[in-house]
Amino acid sequence: MTTQDATGEAGTATRDTRRGFDRQAALALLIPEPDSYLIVAGLGNAVFDMSRLTGGAPFCYPLDGAMGAAVSLGLGIALAQPDQRVLVVTGDGELLMNLGALATVAAADPPNLSILCLDNRRYGLTGGQPTHTAAGADIRKAGAALGLRHTSRPQDEAQLRAAAAVLRAAPSAALVVVDVTAVNSAPCAVDRDGDACRVRFLAHAVRAAT
Amino acid sequence: MTMAETGWQGDCYRELRARGVRHFCYVPDSGHAALITAARLDPDAVALGLAAEQEGVAVIAGLHLGGGKGVLLMQSSGVGNCVNYLSLIKHGRFPFLALVTMRGEFGEQNPWQYPMGQATEAVLRAMGVITLRADAAADAAVTVAAACDMADRGGQAVAVLLGQRLLGAKAF
Repeated sequence: MTTQDATGEAGTATRDTRRGFDRQAALALLIPEPDSYLIVAGLGNAVFDMSRLTGGAPFCYPLDGAMGAAVSLGLGIALAQPDQRVLVVTGDGELLMNLGALATVAAADPPNLSILCLDNRRYGLTGGQPTHTAAGADIRKAGAALGLRHTSRPQDEAQLRAAAAVLRAAPSAALVVVDVTAVNSAPCAVDRDGDACRVRFLAHAVRAAT
Repeated sequence: MTMAETGWQGDCYRELRARGVRHFCYVPDSGHAALITAARLDPDAVALGLAAEQEGVAVIAGLHLGGGKGVLLMQSSGVGNCVNYLSLIKHGRFPFLALVTMRGEFGEQNPWQYPMGQATEAVLRAMGVITLRADAAADAAVTVAAACDMADRGGQAVAVLLGQRLLGAKAF
């Protein structure tokens, strides 16, 4: 596993495509038990990541469209299922499209919602064009400034393990931003039938609640 | 306003609550103020303020994924913000219910409101949302109840357009 240069700010971040953790290795540490969550995967790389990690299981809704909607979709699930932990896994580009959603989450502050942003500083699937995090926008700081009380941006393996515990059990809505390399997630089988995924997810969520 | 409130807004609120709607997601408008207040005062309901209307589309879908029921309250201008998020509703065949207070129509005095107000119904329909209108107080609650049943039992995406003839045209 590679770790990021802790001092790396915008100047180097825009050019160093190797900066950050390997996304698969980081996810293995951050989400050791995927089936302990209800999961929303934001479009692009995160859908590939989470489809691979969960094997297309019913507890993961792969949101491969409606860019910007992942956090809000997770908020709805968290409000409807207060006794289950909800995890939104998404990218910096997806999250930047509706940063106001973080303010809504902070205001509602569901104690069972965690957001994991894998920040590769680029739109990975459209050719690697830089997002605003490449120019220095800091999503963790934004989340904290918008009112989220549990935010972190792990810098090494020990901090990744600590972040895993935060995602699992923070007493209020949590945001973890993880710098990852520019290497795209390897494409894998993704269920793009949003209706079938909806029916499966709903049945799982209701069954798991009883 | 409380659950005992009289008037069409109180009737709408009671119809929604009687059908199990618990989460009232909103970007405020004066036409929705009574419903928002009712939800805030109701210990068994949740009023969820949004930073932008499109969040509400996804929140309603998320509530459904968790077995819950919500309604999105917004002004017609907010419908324009929702367009791509409605992909989620249409592709995923989510039940969806919105109450839309209209601007840019009957008696509107602010010219800025006309472009989106006049496009609201066409935009909703283009994204697969069925629209029902209520222009008189006597029609409001029955229309909201019908829309709620179409969404909840019929599995459809439905918006009720509450017209300015009902709400009163705004001078601002």
